Order: sequence, then structure tokens, then C-alpha cells
Amino acid sequence: MKKDWLFLMESMLFKHRLLIWGLVAAVVLTLPFWGLSLFVMRTIIMIGVFAMLALGLNLLTGYTSQVSLGHAGFFAIGAYTSAVLMMRFDVHFLVGMLAGAALAGLFGLVLGIPTLRLSGSYLTIVTMGFGEIIRLIIMTWTPVTNGTLGLMSIPRPRFFGTELNLNNHGFYYLMVALVFLVALFCHHLLNSKVGRSFRAIGEDEVAASMMGLQTTELKVLAFVLSAFITGVAGVFYAPLMGFIDHNTFTFDVSILILSIVIVGGMGTLRGMFLGSAILIVFPEMSRFLMDWRFVVYGLLLILMMRFRPNGLLGWQSRLPYPIRGKKKEVKGHGISKRQRSF
Amino acid sequence: MFIQQLVNGLALGMVYALIAVGFSLVFGILRLVNFSHAAIFAFGAHVALFFIGLEVGPIPAILISMVLTGGVGILIDKVALAPLRKKKSIPIAGLITTIGVSYILQNILTIVFGSGRVHFPAIIPPGGFDFLGTRITSMQILMFGVSLTLMLLLTYLVNHTKMGLAMRAMQQNPKAARLMGINVNSVIMFTFFLAGATASIAGGLISGFYQMAYPAMGVSFGPKVFSATVLGGIGSMPGAFVGGILIGVIEVMAAMFLGSAYRDGAAFVVLILVLILRPQGLFGRKLALKV
Repeated sequence: MKKDWLFLMESMLFKHRLLIWGLVAAVVLTLPFWGLSLFVMRTIIMIGVFAMLALGLNLLTGYTSQVSLGHAGFFAIGAYTSAVLMMRFDVHFLVGMLAGAALAGLFGLVLGIPTLRLSGSYLTIVTMGFGEIIRLIIMTWTPVTNGTLGLMSIPRPRFFGTELNLNNHGFYYLMVALVFLVALFCHHLLNSKVGRSFRAIGEDEVAASMMGLQTTELKVLAFVLSAFITGVAGVFYAPLMGFIDHNTFTFDVSILILSIVIVGGMGTLRGMFLGSAILIVFPEMSRFLMDWRFVVYGLLLILMMRFRPNGLLGWQSRLPYPIRGKKKEVKGHGISKRQRSF
Repeated sequence: MFIQQLVNGLALGMVYALIAVGFSLVFGILRLVNFSHAAIFAFGAHVALFFIGLEVGPIPAILISMVLTGGVGILIDKVALAPLRKKKSIPIAGLITTIGVSYILQNILTIVFGSGRVHFPAIIPPGGFDFLGTRITSMQILMFGVSLTLMLLLTYLVNHTKMGLAMRAMQQNPKAARLMGINVNSVIMFTFFLAGATASIAGGLISGFYQMAYPAMGVSFGPKVFSATVLGGIGSMPGAFVGGILIGVIEVMAAMFLGSAYRDGAAFVVLILVLILRPQGLFGRKLALKV
């Protein structure tokens, strides 16, 4: 194995992983007490939401190589389901979350079964149509969704009698908890048999089916899990905004999520956080660019595909691949073979 | 009323078919779903609008737009897609690149023309005739006639010229076509030009029909064209023709029987039904999986 700088960096990171994770945890947990303005905190929460969305899409696009342009639809299903349940039936936030995410996952199943038998391009077209159909339903199903007027004053989540909001940093910690859970879930999923199958399909679907993988079932599964995670993000998003309507979940949102996945690095978990940070902070920093911002998004997609299709953090790991059951030291570097995906 | 809507649907559907053909041609040759095609269509409409503003008259404006938009099609291929082919990138790289291109085109249109709906002058003087109680406007005749002529021309081109032969050869087997001495790059360029030119004419016709143009028109017509192409069978010329007309008719029927809110949704429903029941479309061949 070539011992280049990437290998050295990765082995350094790996050796000091406890220290690094400790530092990250300390920063993340104490962040609200650093005296940041509400606006900055809100932006950070948005980064978390979109990191979650990107983690969801990444399962599908990054690992399984199926491009979806309809994730705004799943996002909307999660948001509307929980908001309607909380407003009409006064259910608890967590119940709303389960229902919203489950319904998004169910839609993923319904949409995935017929379409994933087809080649990737068809899927992309159908998902695009799906996103628009969901918007159409939101606009026309007035008794439930309040039509084009949107849902206003969505109740905030309450835990043990305390209402979570921006001022008491409840939203922030809820975001941290959700992002942590979603990332942990993705990490363990990707190091499981199912996750390896996803990657095999992403690399070469024909070869994967030759190895005896049920590619259709696995692709549908990836779709459902992806939709589920996106639904969770939607459930969190609705009370954060306090107001949602059909224009909250446009095609632009789907493109934004896809851009985050691509900029950060398809098929990595670390990339989703960086990608989300860049693409959420960028519009805030570049108000002077006005409409050109969106042109920059398009350019970003093209340039990334041309020059760095793996994304900013999408390098191939130089560390030896973890093989379960054999904990062998790599000579000279003191690295044991462990599971990783970050 | 029913026949009146049928006429409206036929005229619209014919234009959808014209857009679908370009989309289908590119797919046939490159196996690439060209997401920028709908944005190219909107671009064509706006270039025509720009030249109408310069008082050159609607028809010359559309012809200029046709050449320019065809050129933009070639440019997109040369700048964004050809390097990916040379690098032998993964298929989704091309897909994502065309999404990026469509985003750029649409937002440049927004910057130049504003995001609102702009008035697009009538291409020909208003008029028409009544036939058995059905009003057929001159614009509808123009849409139908121009689209049909172009479709027939394209069919002739693909089936009876040397360039068409090269295109069909590439559709069947790009590698073998190259070995037979076909200049693959010029065929691809020509195809992108054709796709851009037909899309721009369709853009002019649609804008002339609704008497307005707006940058997001690619987003609102794009899905209908996708549905038309998939319904007919992606990569098939007669398929694009039949698919376009069917989608046009289904759309106006949905608007008539279910209400205007369902007009845009109808195409998606058709799309999903086709993919469940007959994924290769009406005229498509089943694509064999090559290992």
C-alpha cells in the first residue's frame, strides 16, 4: 500500500479518534453557551436539518447510485403529516414524528416498487413527477392541508412540560439528537450486510445481481429508508418554521439536497455535514449575488461532476478494509482493523 | 364542447410531440436523459421573444432563435457533456450535469427577463373558422401544421439520409458505429443541434399559443414532455409522436372532467401508470441488459 499523505492523515485521525470525537462532542454540546446570536443558531439548526436530508438522500444516491429529484415530496409528507396530527389531534411530537416518517417511508415503498425495476434515469423522472404530485395534492386537498394558504402556527414540540424553542435552545438540542441518531443509524447500516449490498449495487448493479443480491428488493429498501429519514427531517422542520405551505417544498429544495450530497461527497457521511454547511451558509453570505446564486448552484453541480465527482470530502479511504473477526495490527501504524464509514 | 377540447388537445399534443422527439433523439444516441431539454425549450422561447422585441417580426425571430438555440445545444454538449464522455464517467454524472445546465439556463433567463410572465405577441393574426360548431383558431392550425411538417421531415432525415443512418447505427451500437468509420462527434453535435432547434420552435409555438413566456416554463412543460416520451417509448420517433398527442389530449380532458387543478397532474399519473404497466412504452423495445 502506498503510504501517502492521505494515509498518514487518516491514520492520525484514527489513532486520536477518541480525542477528536470528544472535542466534537464538547463543541456541539456547549455551542449554545458561546453567546452566538439567534440568527447564527438558527442557521446552524438549518445546517443540521439539511445534513439530515442529505444523509437520507445519500443512502440512495451516494451508495446505491439512484438519483432522486423528488425528496422535497418526502420532506413535505413528513412535515405535513406531523403538523396536521399535532394541530388537529393534539398528539405528542414524537408520535407525530413516527407517523410522519412512517408515512414518508410508505410512500417511498409505493413509489419504489414499480419504478425501481427500471433503469436509473426513469427513476429520476418519476421522482421528479412525484415531488410535483405531492405539491399538487397539498394545493388541492384543502380540508386537510389548508390548500395554498398553508398551515400556520404549528405547535412547538413539548417535552416534560417544557416547550422547545429557539430561545431555550430546545430546537438546537433536538436537532443534535436527531442528527446524531440518523448518522449513527446510517453508520451502522452501511457497515452491515445490507449496507455493503447497497454499495455493491451502486458500483455495478449487474455484478451485484450476479453475486446473488436481490437488487430490486435492496433498491426498494434503500428508497424506503431514504424516504423515512427525509420524513424525520420534515417533521422537525415544520415546527421550526412554524409555517409551511406548498412553496416550502419546491423542486429547488430537491436540487439543494442533491447538491449537498454531491458537493460534500457522494457515498460518505462526513461529506454531508460539510456540504450542508457550505450550501446553507453560502446563500446567507452571498445576498449580494441575488439571482446569480442559483446559477452558481448549477455551475457547482457541473464543475463537481467534471473535476471532482467524488465531492470535496469524497476520497477513497486508504486504511485497510475492516474484515470482521480478524483484528490484526497493520504493521508500523498501530491501527486495528475496525469498522468505519466516516 | 368535447370535440372543441379534443381539437385543443391535438394542437397542444402535436407541439409536445415535437419537444419529445428532440429528447428522444438524444436519449437514443447517448443513453442520456437530458434534463436540460426543457430548459432549452424555455430558452428558445425567450430568444424568440428577445428578437421579436427588436421588431424583426415573429417568424424570422423564431427562425433566428432556432439557429441560436441549436447552437446552445451544441455548446452544452461540448462544454459540459463531451468531457464526461471522454473521461468515461459514471452515468449519473451526465444526468446530474444536465440538471445543473437546466438550472443555469432557467436562472439566467430569470435574471435577464425577470421571473414573471411576459407577454408574447401573437405569431400570426388571430382568426380561424368554425367547423360543425367547433372553433379552430389559426394558431392551432399553425401549431399542428408546423409540428407535423417538422416531425415528417425528421422522420425522413432519420430514415433516408446518410446522417440518419449514422444516427441509427449509433443508437444500436456506438462502438461498432465508430469502428465503421462514423464520425461519432459530428453525429452527436448534429443531434444536439436538432434537439435544440426543434425545442426552440416548440417554445415559440407554445408561447405564441398562450401569448406569454416565463423562465419556469421549462419546469411546467418538462414533465409533460417526459411523460409523452416515456408513454411512447423512450428513443422511438413514432413513440414520441403518439405519446405527445396522447398527453396533450389527456391533459385537456383531465382539465375538462376533473377541474383545471388536475391539468398538470394528469401527465404524472399517466407517467406512473405507464411505468407500472408497460415500462418500455407503447413503441419501445425492451432494452436488453448488456454485461
